[in-house]
Amino acid sequence: MSEPTLETVTTSTGRRLRTEEMVVNMGPQHPSTHGVLRLEVVLDGEIVVDVIPHLGYLHRCFEKHCEHMTNYQQVVPYVDRMDYVAAMTNEHAYVVAAEKLLKIEVPERVHYIRIIMAELQRIASHLIAIGTFGIDMGAFTPFLYYFRDRERILDLFEMTCGARLLYNYMWIGGLSHDLPPQFTEKAKEFCTDFKRTMKEVNDLLNYNEIFIKRTANVGVLPKDLAVNYACSGPMLRGSGVDWDLRRDDPYTLYDRFEWNVITGNGEMGSVGDVWDRNMVRQREMAESVRIIEQALASLPEGDVQKAVPKRIRPVPGDAYGRVEGPRGELGFYIVAEDSVTPYRLKARAPAFVNLSVINEISKGAMLADLVAIVGSIDIVLGEVDR
Amino acid sequence: MTDFIATLLNDPIVTTVLLAFVPLVFILVYALVVLYGEMKMAAHIQNRLAYMENGWHGTLQPFADMLKLLQKEDIIPAAADKFFFMLAPYLVFVGTYASFAVLPFSSGFIGSDIDLGLFYLVAASSLVVVGLLMSGWASNNKWSLFGALRSAAQIVSYEIPGVLAILGVVMVTGTLNMQTMTQMQDGGIQNWLILGGNFPLGQKLALIPVMVLLFVIYLLSSMAEVNRTPFDLPEAESELVQGYNTEYSGMKFAIFYLAEYANLFLVSAVVVVMFFGGWTSPFGSFMSGPVWSAFWFVAKGMFFVFFNVWLRWTLPRLRVDQLMYVSWKVLTPFAMAAIVAVGFIMVM
Repeated sequence: MSEPTLETVTTSTGRRLRTEEMVVNMGPQHPSTHGVLRLEVVLDGEIVVDVIPHLGYLHRCFEKHCEHMTNYQQVVPYVDRMDYVAAMTNEHAYVVAAEKLLKIEVPERVHYIRIIMAELQRIASHLIAIGTFGIDMGAFTPFLYYFRDRERILDLFEMTCGARLLYNYMWIGGLSHDLPPQFTEKAKEFCTDFKRTMKEVNDLLNYNEIFIKRTANVGVLPKDLAVNYACSGPMLRGSGVDWDLRRDDPYTLYDRFEWNVITGNGEMGSVGDVWDRNMVRQREMAESVRIIEQALASLPEGDVQKAVPKRIRPVPGDAYGRVEGPRGELGFYIVAEDSVTPYRLKARAPAFVNLSVINEISKGAMLADLVAIVGSIDIVLGEVDR
Repeated sequence: MTDFIATLLNDPIVTTVLLAFVPLVFILVYALVVLYGEMKMAAHIQNRLAYMENGWHGTLQPFADMLKLLQKEDIIPAAADKFFFMLAPYLVFVGTYASFAVLPFSSGFIGSDIDLGLFYLVAASSLVVVGLLMSGWASNNKWSLFGALRSAAQIVSYEIPGVLAILGVVMVTGTLNMQTMTQMQDGGIQNWLILGGNFPLGQKLALIPVMVLLFVIYLLSSMAEVNRTPFDLPEAESELVQGYNTEYSGMKFAIFYLAEYANLFLVSAVVVVMFFGGWTSPFGSFMSGPVWSAFWFVAKGMFFVFFNVWLRWTLPRLRVDQLMYVSWKVLTPFAMAAIVAVGFIMVM
């Protein structure tokens, strides 16, 4: 923490008053900390001098619990509860890691369905990110526009596996259910309609003059700083680093589809500002729609539970599986001993890593900018605290 | 109307008290309508339905909301400055309510027909700032203090372009009396001040752009004075939780809300009187008279209330420094220039 500047002011009556910085607690109960994040903010008037994030309000001993399940498959519903707005992605990362450990080859249909689910989940998660970011900026309406479309994604998930938020859909080696018959048609319909909403929200929020004024040149995260802090996902791409695991480490079958990696280009201000990060999310959704449309068009036939192992008891060893989640690189490192449960399971939570940069980029910003910066990092406290 | 009631009751004190209640009754009824209206408008802007359960399309919901606030526990924080904490909401409301005295509701009714009408209104509504600052300080909450300081800075800054705009209009009309100002614009839409007023053609045409400029300046600064989006920084919930009224609950909170809504109508009414002919009918003598004029006044006022609600649910919020920039570097210089222009035109 920096030394408080102790200035003395003499009042008209001759009293000497000392001015000092004010420490305020933003959170854990605060409308714009997106959960139970507590930021200890040192303020000089409206200017942020220092920010200290305090974590752990939602700590549920996730990693320790995983060591005490009765088998590897039981971890899946538990990873759902990490990043609860992108549960499919968590399952995906875990099954990718577990399949790497067990050396299971899954059928192509499973890969395709996983990609469709992961991309739908990415859209759903980005919809919340952009919507709540709009609320942080004082614009309430885009949030509800996006939630209307998110509902339709959740309907698709409900149709497939019965759950709307925590799915337990991806199994090690397969899926719990095949796609229902109307799914393809409904998903295609959604893709068409969603393009229209994206345009609406672009007009209403992303290219709004006030919104641009509020977000351009705010919370600039330079390229090298982003790399040094191991930021990933839209945080990293917003700073202009062209890095996406779907392309650079093609797990599943992402290399079969045509799509672009979106990076921030400093269109409205400088590269890596809050506007760029938000816009990377916005444009990524359009790319996700492209992937979904291609995957739906070329969906192969097959049995989705063909490769599901009857009993999971891996040979001792370790494996690290990672996917590009909506928030960045989500990875699971599994160490196996001669047992039915993992000896150790470590999750690399992108939101936690991305949050660590907040102190660096919010010094000297105003209080309202701090809210914008927190919103642009897109944290989910379930994942940060685990 | 005043004379009529005076002769009816034959007691000056009872008459005064009765007349003083007219704006209060209006505020209460209007607050219920706007509470319902704002929620419904917001909902339709956002693709929702809002209240649908109580009564036809949820029309009884505002009453339910009011009852809920009435029976809520009235919490006073242990560390708060009790006296000022309790005084603040009433001060805010009194400032607004007092200003209603000089509003010409109709050709037959104005609470107090004084010559310094607009001046009194500006002075009385400044009391609101004191109340807000008091509430923020007395709450003993850092977020409330932030909100209070922001609102003080904001309202004081925006009063300058706002009052300069009023000055420009007063230079045209030559009176501060709101009733006289309205009467000057009688005779149809072409006589409204936004369209140059009742002046010779050359002067009228020269006045139109200046009046539009003054109108925009006053509208923007009035929005800032009533803390509405995009200028709602004092109660920016995503930054300051709820601003100065974070610690308030129950009836005290309700009074803050009531004052905010009343203030919204107040500034809309000032816009109507200064630029849109007050209670005059847009069709000349057609649909005019004391009752019709009350209708026109409220209808025009409600239009600007609607305009505020519309903006609120559309736009994001400005930042503190941008807010100050708009006031000091954009609105104030333009208001100054407009005043000079008005001076030239009136001498012409």
